[in-house]
Amino acid sequence: MPDADRSQGGALAAIRGLEWRNYIIYIGFAATFLFFAVTLRDSGFLNPSNLVNIVNQTATISVIAVGMTFVIASAEIDLSVGAVAGLASVTTAMAISHFGLIPGIVTGLATGAAVGALNGVLVTVVRIPSFLVTLGMLGIAHGTAQWITKSAPQPILDDTYNKIFGSGSLGPIPSLIVWTFVLVSIGVVVLNKTSFGRKVLATGGNRVAAEFSGISTKKIKFAVLLACGVTAALAGMLYAGRLSSGRYQWGTGDELSAIAAVILGGTSLAGGRGSVIGALVGSLMIGLINNGLILAGLEASQQEVIRGVIIIAAVALGRRK
Amino acid sequence: MDDIAVRMTGISKSFNGVRVLEGVDLELRRGEVHALAGGNGAGKSTLMKILRGVHQPDEGTIEIDGQAAHLTSVQDAMGRGIAMIFQEFSVVPTLSVAQNVFLARERRGALGLLDDNASVERTRALFGEMGVTVDPHRRLEDLSTAFWQLTEIAKARSQDARVLIMDEPTASLAKDETDHLFELIRSLAGQGIAIVYISHRMEEIFGVADRVTVLRDGRLVATTAVGDLSAEELVEQIVGRRMENALAWTPREVKRDEVLLLEVRDLTVKPRLHGVSFDLHRGEILGFAGLMGSGRTETVRALFGIDPVQAGTIKVRGREVSIHNSRDAIAASISLVPEDRRLQGLVLEHSVRNNLLLPLLDRFSRAGWLDDRKGDRIAAKLVSDLDVKVASVDRPVQLLSGGNQQKVVLAKWLGTEPDMILMDEPTAGVDIGTKVEIVGMIRALADAGKGVILISSEFPELLAVCDRILVFRDGTIDQSLLRNDIADEDALHLAVQGFGRTAAHA
Repeated sequence: MPDADRSQGGALAAIRGLEWRNYIIYIGFAATFLFFAVTLRDSGFLNPSNLVNIVNQTATISVIAVGMTFVIASAEIDLSVGAVAGLASVTTAMAISHFGLIPGIVTGLATGAAVGALNGVLVTVVRIPSFLVTLGMLGIAHGTAQWITKSAPQPILDDTYNKIFGSGSLGPIPSLIVWTFVLVSIGVVVLNKTSFGRKVLATGGNRVAAEFSGISTKKIKFAVLLACGVTAALAGMLYAGRLSSGRYQWGTGDELSAIAAVILGGTSLAGGRGSVIGALVGSLMIGLINNGLILAGLEASQQEVIRGVIIIAAVALGRRK
Repeated sequence: MDDIAVRMTGISKSFNGVRVLEGVDLELRRGEVHALAGGNGAGKSTLMKILRGVHQPDEGTIEIDGQAAHLTSVQDAMGRGIAMIFQEFSVVPTLSVAQNVFLARERRGALGLLDDNASVERTRALFGEMGVTVDPHRRLEDLSTAFWQLTEIAKARSQDARVLIMDEPTASLAKDETDHLFELIRSLAGQGIAIVYISHRMEEIFGVADRVTVLRDGRLVATTAVGDLSAEELVEQIVGRRMENALAWTPREVKRDEVLLLEVRDLTVKPRLHGVSFDLHRGEILGFAGLMGSGRTETVRALFGIDPVQAGTIKVRGREVSIHNSRDAIAASISLVPEDRRLQGLVLEHSVRNNLLLPLLDRFSRAGWLDDRKGDRIAAKLVSDLDVKVASVDRPVQLLSGGNQQKVVLAKWLGTEPDMILMDEPTAGVDIGTKVEIVGMIRALADAGKGVILISSEFPELLAVCDRILVFRDGTIDQSLLRNDIADEDALHLAVQGFGRTAAHA
C-alpha cells in the first residue's frame, strides 16, 4: 500500500532527524567537557576534586530539575521552586534548633509539600494558570522565609544533619552526589516505568485526549506540582546541610537554572515529552560551564553572558521543526 | 485565449525515494467546480501543495492562464491568484473578522498607520457580495465555524484569487450552512473563478461539482463530467475494486427481550439537551441522526461523563449509575470514539503503542508498575485485529494517514472490551476503503453482543448498519424509527429536517 510506504519513508527520515536532536544535550555536554579539558588543563579542570565539586555544586539544581521535568512534561510550569528551597531551608533549620533532627527533616519536606499542594489546588481547582500561581507563590514563599527569620541566617548545629544533607559521604561518595543519584533514579523509574509517568506524558501531550481516555488530568497536575514542591524543599535542605544554615536567600534564581536544565535535556516546554536523565545532564552542563568559566578567570558578569549564549545555542540545536 | 485557468501536465513527485505522484494531469477551467477525489494517500494533498507552491514537482509543468509557471513559494502562487481554504481554518480567533481578512496585508493610511476603517468597509463589502451580513468588528472566536470559513473565502477574494482550493469545506458545517456554501461556490464559479473541491462525500461531489478528477495511488484514474458518472462508478474509480454490497443493509436479528444494556431517562444537559430518553439492547446498533447541535453529540458526551448532567437517570444492566467523568463511564463499561480524533482521540506526537494503551494503563500495570511485555502484546494484538497499517507500533501516530489514525482510536477503545461503544462520526474524513472496514467492524461488534450507538451525518452509513435510528431535533428525540420502517435515504433526510413523521411511517 503506497500509503503506508510513504509514511515509512518520511518517518525514517524524521526519526533520523529526531534521534540526532534527542542526543544534542549529550553531544553538547561531551563537547563542552572536552573543550574545557583541553583549554583549562593547566588550571586544574580535570582534577578529580574539581570534577566532584562540579557535581556537588549542581546537586541542588539537579534535584529541583527532577521535579521540574514532571511539571513541564505535563505542560505546566513551577516558578516557585527557588523560593520554596529557601523557605524549606529556614523551616528545617528552625525546627532542628527547637525540636531536633527528625522533626526538622519532616518540617522541611512538609513545607515543600504544603506549598506544592497549594500550587496544585490553585491550578486544578481554582483554574489559574500555573505560570501565574507559581509566580505569586515565588513572592509568598520568599517573603515568608525572610519574614519568619527577620532576614537572619538560621545556623544548624546538628552535625548529623549537616553530614547527611551536606558535607558527609556514603563510603567514598559525597552525600550530595548520593542524593542526586537517588532522586534522579526515582524520577527515571517513575516517568518511564509506571502508569503515573505515562499519564503525566499523556496529560502534557494532549490534555483533552487524556481526559477522554479516562485519565484524571487534574489529579495528575496536582500530583506533579506537589512532587515538585517536595523536590524543591529537598534541594533547600541540601543547601542548608552544605552551608550548615538556613537562609531565605538559598535557591534564589534556581527556578531559571532548573527550567534551563530541563529544557536542555530535551523535555518539551509544550509538554508531552520528558527526560529525567536529560535534565540531569542539562544541570551538569550548566555546572560545567559555570566551573569552566570561573577557572578561566572570567568575571561574574562575563560568565552570565556566556552561560546565556550557550543555553540558547543548545536549545536551538535541539529544536524540533 | 481559451478558458483554461490552470493546466498541470505530467506531474511527478517523490519524497525520500517514495513516489507519491506519477504523471498526473489536471486541468482547471475558469468558472468550473472541479472535484478532486481519492482515498487517503492517493496524492490529492500533494498535488494541491504543488499547485500552491509548497512543493515543487520533480517532473511535469504547470501553466497558469496559458503561461508556464514555476511556483517557488506560497506567496508566489498567491500572487498568481491561487488560494486555499483550509480544512482546519488558518484564522486567528482572537482577532476581528476585518483584521483576519487583511492579516499581514493591512491597509495603511496617513503616516503609514493602519487604516482600520478601510479594512472594515472592504470586509463588509466582500461579505455583502457573498450575501452575508456580518459585523467586521466581531472577533472570530465569538462566531460560528461557518463564519470562519467565510472569512477565509473573503480573504481569498480580497486577494483576487482566481483559483480557489477547498479541502473538505463542509466537514464542520450544519446542513443549512452547507447549502449556503454550495450557493456561494456556484456564485463564485459564475464569476469565472475555478474551484477545486476536495471531498470524501459523494453526494457533495454530485451536488456541486461540474467535473471530477480521481486519483488513486498517486496516479490519475480519470477526469469525467459529473453528469456522465453514476455514484457507483465514481466509488469504483476511487476504490479500484467493486464493493457494492459493503454499504447495503442486511437485516439483522436483535433479540429485544434480552437484558437492557442501557436505559436513559430524561437526560438533561443545559442548555443543549432537554429530557432525552431511550434504551439500548444487547447486540443492537442504534443510530443517532440529526443536524449539528441537535443533541446527538451532546447525548454521548453526557453518557461518557464529559459534560455535567443536570437531570435524568442512566441505568446500565438495570442498575442505576452516576457518571461524573470518563473514569465512571469506563467503569460502567462504556467507551466513546470521540468526534475529533486529533483533538480528543489521540496524543499525536506519542507512539501508536502508547496511544493504544492509554485507557488500559491500569490493566497492564501492577501497583502502578508498567508491565511492558504485556503492553507490547496487547498493542500488537490490537494493531493486527484492526489491521492498522503501520511499520512499527513505536512510530508516532501523527505520521499515519487519517484512516489509520481513526483505526488506532477504535482499537484503543476496543482494547478496553466495553459492553457499549458510542461512536461519534467514526468515518469522518477517512477514505472509503477504511470506511467499509469500519462498517464491517460495527456489525461484528453488535454480532458479538455489544451495544453500539452510532452518530453519523452520512445517512447511507446509518441506513447500512443501524437496527434503529433516533432522530434528534432541538435537544430532544423527535422520532424513533425502526430500520425496517425507513423507506430510503430521502425519508431519513425528511425526518431529520422535521418533515418526516408521516412520510417515514407511510
